[in-house]
Amino acid sequence: MAADLWTALFIALLAAFAGYEIISRVPVLLHTPLMSGSNFIHGIVLVGAIIALGFATTPLEQAIGFVAVIMGALNVTGGYVVTVRILSMFDRSKSKEGPK
Amino acid sequence: MSPPWIQDAINGVYFVAVLVFLLGLRAMSSPATARRGIVYAGAAMFLAVAVTFFSPGLNNFLLIFLGVAIGGLGGWYWARVVKMTAMPQMVAIFNGMGGGAAAAIAAVVLLSDISNLSTSTLAVAGAIIGSISIAGSMIAFLKLQGWMTSKPVVLPARQVINTGVLVVGVAFGGYSLFALNAFWLLPFYVLLLLYGILLTLPIGGADMPVVISLFNALTGIAVALDGFALVNGPLGDAGYAIVIAGVLVGAAGSLLTVLMARAMNRSVANVFFSAFGATEETGAEVHGQLKPIDAADAAIQMAYANQVVIVPGYGMAVAQAQQKVKELADLLEAKGVTVKFAIHPVAGRMPGHMNVLLAEAGISYDHLFDRDEINAELAATDVALVIGANDVVNPAAHRQGSALYGMPILDVEQAKNVIVIKRGQGKGFAGIENDLFYRDNCRMLYGDAQTAVGQLVSELKKS
Repeated sequence: MAADLWTALFIALLAAFAGYEIISRVPVLLHTPLMSGSNFIHGIVLVGAIIALGFATTPLEQAIGFVAVIMGALNVTGGYVVTVRILSMFDRSKSKEGPK
Repeated sequence: MSPPWIQDAINGVYFVAVLVFLLGLRAMSSPATARRGIVYAGAAMFLAVAVTFFSPGLNNFLLIFLGVAIGGLGGWYWARVVKMTAMPQMVAIFNGMGGGAAAAIAAVVLLSDISNLSTSTLAVAGAIIGSISIAGSMIAFLKLQGWMTSKPVVLPARQVINTGVLVVGVAFGGYSLFALNAFWLLPFYVLLLLYGILLTLPIGGADMPVVISLFNALTGIAVALDGFALVNGPLGDAGYAIVIAGVLVGAAGSLLTVLMARAMNRSVANVFFSAFGATEETGAEVHGQLKPIDAADAAIQMAYANQVVIVPGYGMAVAQAQQKVKELADLLEAKGVTVKFAIHPVAGRMPGHMNVLLAEAGISYDHLFDRDEINAELAATDVALVIGANDVVNPAAHRQGSALYGMPILDVEQAKNVIVIKRGQGKGFAGIENDLFYRDNCRMLYGDAQTAVGQLVSELKKS
């Protein structure tokens, strides 16, 4: 296996622990935004899709890469908007003070 | 040629983006900072995507712009117009899109050069997980949207068929690597998409919190595998950013999946492979009979209580009764009654679903209580009002031999009085008779949640 892959593997190991530690402190109240927010974070797949399409040469590669870019863009923008909408709901419920 | 520093500048932006993602996820641990966290993460994501356009050697700009525009505007518009009650299926579909993108990227990698064994193996692994994630998420979307039955769809001999589809599909992927022939990727993708569908069909609606978080984790892992595969290719060091982001999501999603499954006292494997809820349990005995109550009496009982605990369930979401519930809580508090909401972790169709719905109605989150907090108080509660919840309050969970045995529930039967709003006399999702409804301290208020709570509200206004 190439050295680059080993580097990536070590990084992945640390990232997994970081993710676990960060997330385990999230209260039940915020489980939906956490899920939706992490859904947005994996939207970084769009960067990979842009690179894949950007270096595609044959028409078939281009077609598949194009689909990948559309899906990646849907993931990242949709995930972002949904998360912000959910969280603004919590903001509002706090500022209105809820039932008195 | 672009100047040599450009790649360093691009990598620097990715580095900052990863840092902000980590901080953004950490900000999710408190309602006060969560929104700021996601907005910063959004800005970082925007920068990361924008600098990718400057990658040296990039072609097909027109197609890229077009794809980003279509997907970006589509996702933006769709996510804005959809109703808050449709959030679970929105999360499912956007997650599926990520999985599909990961599977498609893997296809491009494999088509352009299948001969590098380590890269190709990683791409095939990403394709497997991404394909399962998109196909499974689409079925979850259809079930949540109500475009297909949310009951478990159980096919004969499904364990054998599903395993066969998975094994043969993976074998096609392995063979394409062995034969260095990308043609065999076609049956590979078809079979894995089919597996994703078959895997999700037998899972019922109430298990969706587990399913959605698992597919979220799977997409994260698929994305990370693509990142691995691309580190050696044109993406270079930016692949590490994708690996970290993907693994973060994989870890977060896995943790959430396990938490959800544990809240039902079932394993993740049980959720996926047991077709839970497809059969009705018969053996359980119930004593006594259902005792109805009318809205006027129920309203009086609550108006004279010291403390009322409201237990919302999926029935409240279906009837979209959260606004009425908020009105009810306001009226009761105006009369000096303490109102608390008891939230079971798996109530609803995605993790934390009830919290979002109640927040949408404007109920402050300091009125919402976790299972453990509220269970300690239920014995001192005058009225527990159960709105469209069933399995999460079923005392059968304390009885050995029941399918629900061991599931941590909200012990509403300990309250002095229990009022259950329910559409009819049917059983809960698990298909198990709920003997809570037959207890001496329990009264049934029949009707859909919207109407029944509306009646309570107008009765309270009269008094």
